[in-house]
Amino acid sequence: MNKIRLIGCEEALNRLFDYLDHELDETRRTEVEQHLKICRSCYSRAEFEKRLKGRLTAVGTEPPSDEFGRRIRALLGGF
Amino acid sequence: MKSDPEDRAFFEQSVVQLLDRLFGAALRLTRNRADAEDLVAEAVAKAWAQFAALRDRNCFRGWLFRILTNTFLSACRRPHTVSIEALAEAEADCEGEAAFSIFERLHQPFLLWWDGGPEQDFLNKVLREDIERALDALPEAFRLVVVLNDLEGFSYQEIADMLGVPVGTVRSRLSRGRSALQKALWEQARDAGLSAPKPESADPRSVEHTEGGSL
Repeated sequence: MNKIRLIGCEEALNRLFDYLDHELDETRRTEVEQHLKICRSCYSRAEFEKRLKGRLTAVGTEPPSDEFGRRIRALLGGF
Repeated sequence: MKSDPEDRAFFEQSVVQLLDRLFGAALRLTRNRADAEDLVAEAVAKAWAQFAALRDRNCFRGWLFRILTNTFLSACRRPHTVSIEALAEAEADCEGEAAFSIFERLHQPFLLWWDGGPEQDFLNKVLREDIERALDALPEAFRLVVVLNDLEGFSYQEIADMLGVPVGTVRSRLSRGRSALQKALWEQARDAGLSAPKPESADPRSVEHTEGGSL
């Protein structure tokens, strides 16, 4: 692991979505985490974006109608 | 084709397990239930036809979503599909535009003591249908990456592979898509009278400073 640097708000916010999307390597992730521990404003921003992302993830699941469920089972049954 | 009963059982079980997610994604891609049902059914039928080519069964979910996405994008089923020109136009529209952030509109540092602040209050009031409407209003190229990442949890690399574009393109479309989504949510909320915009001339010093008070 590379040396952990202290980063400022601008750098932390630039990386925020990569961080929330789990797209950062360990060093860069740790740097963001360190900043979020000491900066209340960026921490609040991160919490907001994380919750909004959670709301979006919930929209990604939608039970189909019973009728469509039967249609898919019939389709699968024919394979 | 004579199918192996074990293959068939694996396929059926996997599809049934993923059905709510497949339908959720299809619904946001097509924006109506009838088309979403046809899209899922077509993708499942195509997937079965190609199943023998799937080497690693651990990749089933990504593989099936890739088929779903490609089925959605295939021009023959949708004559009014988004053209490369329309996409370039949508991207150019956002060129140079600063990312829209609900947080920045609402956050008031001197109100941190207030149960998470107005931005958390905003999230508490936003309904699922508000989010669906804001998603449906996104240009297709942006909606696609937001659906695949925020709704379905695929990594930038997985999405890049599905769409055949570089990872950097996924990242920039995602960032623009999220900005447009937040803007749409914000405008819907404003039109519904949900949140009063922060007064332009708000002076933090005029508000009683309560930090360090009894929490």
